Amino acid sequence: MSSSAGAQPALAGAGGSAGAGFAGAGSGGAGSGLRLAEPSLFQQVAAIARRSVMRTFRQRALLVFPLVFPLILFAINGSALSAARKIHGFPDVSYRDFALAVPFIQGALFVAVSAGTDLARDIQSGFFDRLALTPLRGSALLAGQLGGAVVVACVQSLVYLLVGIATGVGIASGFGGALVLLALSILIAFGFAGLGALIALRLGTGEAVQGFFPLLFVTVFLSSSSLPRNLIKTDWFKEVATYNPVSYLIEGIRSLIITGWDGQALALGFGFALALSVLTLSFAGAAMKNRLVRT
Amino acid sequence: MRRFFFVARGVAWRSVHNALANPAILLPSLIFPLFFLAAFAGGLSRIGDVPNFDYKPGYTAFQYAFVFLQSAAFGGVFTGFAIARDFDSGFARRLLLTAPRRSGIIAGYALGALVRWLLTAIVITIAALIAGMDVAGNGIELVGIVGLGIGMNLVAALWACGVAMFLRTEQAGALIQMPVFIVLFLAPVYVPLKLLSGWIHSVARFNPATAALEAARGLLAGSPVKVLLAFGLLVAGTAVFSVWARRGLASAERAG
Repeated sequence: MSSSAGAQPALAGAGGSAGAGFAGAGSGGAGSGLRLAEPSLFQQVAAIARRSVMRTFRQRALLVFPLVFPLILFAINGSALSAARKIHGFPDVSYRDFALAVPFIQGALFVAVSAGTDLARDIQSGFFDRLALTPLRGSALLAGQLGGAVVVACVQSLVYLLVGIATGVGIASGFGGALVLLALSILIAFGFAGLGALIALRLGTGEAVQGFFPLLFVTVFLSSSSLPRNLIKTDWFKEVATYNPVSYLIEGIRSLIITGWDGQALALGFGFALALSVLTLSFAGAAMKNRLVRT
Repeated sequence: MRRFFFVARGVAWRSVHNALANPAILLPSLIFPLFFLAAFAGGLSRIGDVPNFDYKPGYTAFQYAFVFLQSAAFGGVFTGFAIARDFDSGFARRLLLTAPRRSGIIAGYALGALVRWLLTAIVITIAALIAGMDVAGNGIELVGIVGLGIGMNLVAALWACGVAMFLRTEQAGALIQMPVFIVLFLAPVYVPLKLLSGWIHSVARFNPATAALEAARGLLAGSPVKVLLAFGLLVAGTAVFSVWARRGLASAERAG
């Protein structure tokens, strides 16, 4: 219900452009034939993105929970695990500094679920089918749908960073590093949002998307989120954390907070985030084509 | 009384049957505690090397006690989700119309939560033993741990039942689980209370979940501490949340 309502202003905007084009063509003379001016790809993406952003902001619960939950865990773990500093070899920073990278990843997981759930809701409600009858391109639909997710990612990354600084976390890489941190965390969230979209497009239901959340959450637990990899005692866990790409996403963000400019950690962080984005969006694009063909 | 047990048995049977017949309901309640056990006992085992960490059975047993109680509490929470789902689907309203003794509904859901959790408890205990958990407590002490788990499960189930019956929608899920999650994590989860510092130490000292956790760890180590306090708090919690759940039921009755 809300999805359709949310769609109207955006589509009216898009339709308005198309209508203007149509009118313009029509005034050229009936004899020359009617030519429908299709909105540009940018206009299509903007229309869908606007709807996606509006819908996200109208559902405040979708904003508050993903924002607050990682902060609660950060507050608790930042204090409860402060004894970890006494472990020989632990970086010479407070545990809160060490732990601040985790909310960015947890927030990205929530973005994945909300992006996927929104898309699945559009599929289930039939809105997607109606859009498929318009000249809207699949790529514009996908990019636009992820617009809301990116906006949420921007807001929550900024909030996590500000809360971290307010609680005494120092950013070792300085102001420039904070900007890079925001860019990396938004790229990570974009990659996960693509994953959420892929699941939604493949499976088509919100329940299926939400069912994947525990699996995604586990990838954070089975990483270097709580301790540096070299301090993990249990061999199998260390092995899993080493092969888990989430470890490198966390370590990329963490390096900017506690180390400064660490080229290797940043290259791995940005590399995995980019790979995640490219892979998930490629597969989501293919899934989108399949779904549009079926429609 | 016969009608009460008749309703309770029927609701409990349905709750257990639904969970066992539907992997999407059963698996999260089994898998989540296992992942917590793996992540905490495996990933954080180095915490056991921190100076003054003197829990003799080791870090796996230290975390097992937490995951055991957490799974008990979340067993209750998952039942709250099921009640909310029953209201969303309209089943709960039909149940309210047909049940000859409605308080049996609460008892039935709580009993269903207990049976479902016992299955989870068996799975995580086997997993912890496979992971090399050292158990120093004797038979009576181990029964005591199970008793703490039952108490925790009952308190959480009654809390969840009350919320679900007051709100009567699946959207109540976050409200059901968040307070339970926060209370549990504000206890000494990763290190003993004496190694906590700052605000978390102050909060953990007065957190009722701390007593249950310390009692469970003490029983597991064969050196009981705060057992009476823990059981006393769980009995008090059961009494308070029984009233809460009963009021939730009354609210659902009024809503029709």
